[in-house]
Amino acid sequence: MSLKFPIYMDNHATTPMDPRVLETMLPYFTEHFGNAASRSHKFGWTAEEAVTYAREQVATLLGADKPEEIVFTSGATESINLAIKGVAEFYRDKGNHIITTKIEHKAALDTCKRLEKEGYEVTYLDVGPEGVVSVDDVRAALTDKTILVSVMLANNEVGTIQPIREIGALCKERGVIFHCDAVQGIGKTEFSAKDMGVDLVSITAHKMYGPKGVGALDVRRARPRVRLTAQIDGGGHERGNRSGTLNVPGIVGFGKACEILTKGWREEAARVKGLRDRLKDKLFAELDECHINGAWDDARRLPNNLNVSFSYVEGEGLMMAIKDVAVSSGSACTSSSLEPSYVLRALGVEEELAHTSIRFGLGRFTTEEEVDYVGDLVVNKVKKLRDLSPLYEMAKEGVNLKDIVWAAH
Amino acid sequence: MAYSEMVIEHAENPRNVGTLDKEDPNVGTGLVGAPACGDVMRLQIKVSDAGVIEDAKFKTFGCGSAIASSSLATEWLKGRTLDEASAIRNTDIVKELNLPPVKIHCSVLAEDAIKSAIEDFRKKQSAKRGS
Repeated sequence: MSLKFPIYMDNHATTPMDPRVLETMLPYFTEHFGNAASRSHKFGWTAEEAVTYAREQVATLLGADKPEEIVFTSGATESINLAIKGVAEFYRDKGNHIITTKIEHKAALDTCKRLEKEGYEVTYLDVGPEGVVSVDDVRAALTDKTILVSVMLANNEVGTIQPIREIGALCKERGVIFHCDAVQGIGKTEFSAKDMGVDLVSITAHKMYGPKGVGALDVRRARPRVRLTAQIDGGGHERGNRSGTLNVPGIVGFGKACEILTKGWREEAARVKGLRDRLKDKLFAELDECHINGAWDDARRLPNNLNVSFSYVEGEGLMMAIKDVAVSSGSACTSSSLEPSYVLRALGVEEELAHTSIRFGLGRFTTEEEVDYVGDLVVNKVKKLRDLSPLYEMAKEGVNLKDIVWAAH
Repeated sequence: MAYSEMVIEHAENPRNVGTLDKEDPNVGTGLVGAPACGDVMRLQIKVSDAGVIEDAKFKTFGCGSAIASSSLATEWLKGRTLDEASAIRNTDIVKELNLPPVKIHCSVLAEDAIKSAIEDFRKKQSAKRGS
C-alpha cells in the first residue's frame, strides 16, 4: 500500500470517522429523519427506537448500571459543564468545595474557574513529573464541604492514566460524588463506571471514530442517585437533564462507535501500542537528548500516546519541517496566547523543554508504513534543525545553557 | 495557521547557516532571545577593513518564522556597510516574509540580533584601538 499525504497522527485532537459508523448513520439523515420526541407516528417511533438502541451501546462501553443513565449531549465540553455545574448547583446546600487536578481539560478547568467566581471553592491538585494525581492528595484535600471530585481518565497531552478505581473507592467511602472525564481514555484502557465507583462520566463520539457534535454524560441513578440541575432548559428531553431535539444520526453513529470498541478495544489497543513503541524506539535509537514527558509504563499511559521533547529543537519549527505529518506541540508558538502548555508546566517540565515537545497520537487507521515513514522523517529533520540550532552547538561545546543570562522578550 | 511561501522557502532552504570564529576581531556576534521563550537567534557578521559586511552567518532555535527572519537578515546584510545594516527594520522583514501579527516578534528578534552583532563588532574594534 502506498502512503497517502498528509499523514494523520493527531488522534487526541479528533479521529476520522469509521466507515462502519457512517454507514449506520446514513439512513437517519434522509429516510428515518423523525424527531425522537414525536410520540404520535412511525417517524418518531423509529427515531426513538434507534436512540434507545444507541443508549444501550453507549451504556455497555461505559459500564453504566442501566442505559437510562445516559444523557446525550452535543459533546464532552457540554457533558463536563453539565456534570460540574449541575452537581455544584444542585448540592449547593450540602457544600461548596470541588476537587480537581491541574491537568484537566479546559472544559473542566474553566468551568471550575467560573464556579469560583460564584463563591465555590476549588482545589486544583498537582500531579508531579509522572503526570498522575496521587490518591493520598485527593484524600487530604477532602473536607466536609466537598461535594464533587472531578478527575480525567487519561490526559489529552501526555496520555497519562489516572487512578480512577482508587479515587472512586475513596469517594464512595466519603460519600462524595465523583465525575470522570473519560474522553481520551475510553476504549483505550480499562474502564467501567460501575466497577470503578464513578458517578458521572463524560465522553464524546469524535474521539472514538464517531461523528462530531454528539457526546454523553452518564449519570448514576442508584447507590447513590446523582441529581443535577439542568443547564439547558426547554422541552425536557433526556429526563429533563438536557433539553433539545436529539441529534438522531449522530447518536446512532455514536452508538455504533461504542459497539465497535466494546467488541475490539483490547486488540486495537495492543496493535496501536505496538506501532507507538516502534516509533518511540526508532526515535530514541537514532537521536540523542529525547525526553518522554510523563509516566511511560503501560499501566499509566495510553497505548496511542507519545509525547516527547527533542531538546534544542523548537516544536513549531519541527512541525513545519514535517508538515506532511499532522501532530501537535506544547510549544508556545502553536497557541495564540504564546504560553507553553499548562499540562507540561504542571508536570514540572521546564519551559525550554516544553517548547520542544511534540505529541504523536496514533489511532485505528495508523499503519506500520506510516510509522516508519514518520520515524525516518522526524529523525532526519531533528538532526537538520539541530545543525541549525545555536543551543545544540553550545551544549555540544560544553556550555551550560543555564549559566547564560538570557534576555527574556 | 498557514505559512507564507517566503517563510516556507527560507525555512526549508535556510541561507547562510553556520558559525564564524567569535574570537576574530573582524567578527561581531549577536545572541538574542531565550530558550524559555521558544526562540534564540545567533547572528554573526564578518566586516572588512573598509567597513563592509563581507559574510554573515546564523543559527536559530525557533519556529519557521524565526528561522526565516534570521535567514533573510543574513542575505540582506552581505555587502552592506554597518550604517546600512543598522537601517534594517523589523517591518522590512515582516513585509518581505508576509508575517502574520502573531509572528512579528520573530522579526523584532532578527532586528535585535543585527543590532547586537554590530554592537559586538564595534566594541571589539574600540577595544583593539584602545590597546
